[in-house]
Amino acid sequence: MAYSEKVLNHYQNPQNVGTLDKSKQNVGTGLVGAPECGDVMRLQIEVDDTTGLIKDARFKTFGCGSAIASSSLATEWLKGKTIDEAVKIDNMEIVEELHLPPVKIHCSVLAEDAIKAAVNDYRKKNGLPELKFEESVVH
Amino acid sequence: MLKLPIYLDHNATTPCDPRVVEAMIPYFTNSFGNAASRNHPFGWQAEEAVDYAREQIARLIGADPKEIIFTSGATEADNLALKGVFEMYAGKGNHIITCNIEHKAVLDTCKHLEKEGAEVTYLKVTDDGLIDLHELEAAIRPTTILVAIMYANNEIGTVMPIREISAIAKKKGVLVFSDATQAVGKIPVDVNKDGIDLMAFTAHKMYGPKGIGALYVRRKNPRVKVTAQMDGGGHERGMRSGTLNVPGIVGFGKACELCYNEMAEESKRLSALRDKLENELMSIEEAHLNGSKEHRLPHVTNISFKFVEGEGLLMGFNKDIAVSSGSACTSASLEPSYVLKALGLGDDLAHSSLRFGLGRFTTEEQIDYTIEQVSKTVNRLREMSPLWEMYKEGIDLNTIEWAHH
Repeated sequence: MAYSEKVLNHYQNPQNVGTLDKSKQNVGTGLVGAPECGDVMRLQIEVDDTTGLIKDARFKTFGCGSAIASSSLATEWLKGKTIDEAVKIDNMEIVEELHLPPVKIHCSVLAEDAIKAAVNDYRKKNGLPELKFEESVVH
Repeated sequence: MLKLPIYLDHNATTPCDPRVVEAMIPYFTNSFGNAASRNHPFGWQAEEAVDYAREQIARLIGADPKEIIFTSGATEADNLALKGVFEMYAGKGNHIITCNIEHKAVLDTCKHLEKEGAEVTYLKVTDDGLIDLHELEAAIRPTTILVAIMYANNEIGTVMPIREISAIAKKKGVLVFSDATQAVGKIPVDVNKDGIDLMAFTAHKMYGPKGIGALYVRRKNPRVKVTAQMDGGGHERGMRSGTLNVPGIVGFGKACELCYNEMAEESKRLSALRDKLENELMSIEEAHLNGSKEHRLPHVTNISFKFVEGEGLLMGFNKDIAVSSGSACTSASLEPSYVLKALGLGDDLAHSSLRFGLGRFTTEEQIDYTIEQVSKTVNRLREMSPLWEMYKEGIDLNTIEWAHH
């Protein structure tokens, strides 16, 4: 399987690998996937309390090149967005940007789920109601 | 001078030895006759070349040249053995015993035969990838017509106790078939000493061309027959019709001759290189060896690197080093390796495995480079892995409730 240039770039130079302090109130953490499936993504956001914008985003991923690229891309897109804007990120935008083949679409879905999970974690920690999302159609 | 890319996937296929190609070329252009053309020198020449190749092939496995049936490869030979025996011995019974880490060419054929009325027992292997001999003996019934166990496994390199298996089968009067694709030419295989009645193998795993393989079919003690699956002009004693692939056969014969002469030295050399590669990679924290360390091929090692996914790992060096992985992402079906799962490996370790298959042209320089690249990539990906971070923090991953899809 040949990888797209963009996937390779993210893989060689992943953008926001790391860990934020999840005990901080303005940090939201999403952990999605499962080791048995071969895909686990942890995505974290740090929200600026004054502006309400996501000022930092970090990821760590156990998964294939496409999964790593999807989560790396997600952290790039999250910076500077509000949490409401963040949950509007659709997995198909990731697919288009990275030229993911059909067999790798589920990696982008997982990234979208990770974003939503991180946002919901932030919301929970800050007294906001968690958002309900439609069951994403995976596989 | 290290030339990239490096090939370490010899279980998948092997390059043709240049001496093999040289032997084949005349049979494409000058001596191009059909080996079945009885009436002119073109045919006689082709037939002579085929007969000579039969001898070279038979010698490698301790058989009689008349016992070699040419096929298009090991998959066809597996089909011919299983379907051919099932149909030929239908009067005796319908039960076949095999195991759960056979190649798909055997497993899928067995599934097909089950639809045709066969009963198949799939013995479960141990954590080491070996057959439990007591279970085998207990599984044999009056209606058992065949025990089909591979000589060596393609993913983990484990070598089955074939002599013990055939001793048990012989006691009960059951034929023994072995898919020996990964073993022939790599370790000594002798159909008489090993008690094998039918055996499949192929040229392209032993530095010969793709598209040509053989089924060994015993003629004495007992005389075995298979019902042809390819009907036509009656070639190969009526067991496999179709014009013989003369250049392929000549190449196959030459490849076997080279293995016969060079196998002992080669396996010693490769075993040392494999051990070096393995020992260095196993010194990485949380690296796990898959399959028996004692009973295995000299040139194969299958290692899982926990907390790092196989395809992601491959991407770190697969432009320069060719290996394969048991990860779901690298399979067409998106299922992790069924062989690794049969060993009792958790899915996460199956997803994290790399298979290295060394070969005739592998050098120590290539191994050193591979050790460096794989180690570097494992460490880099662990820095990016949430599972590795959690493990380092002392979290037991088995206690986490994962959000399944």
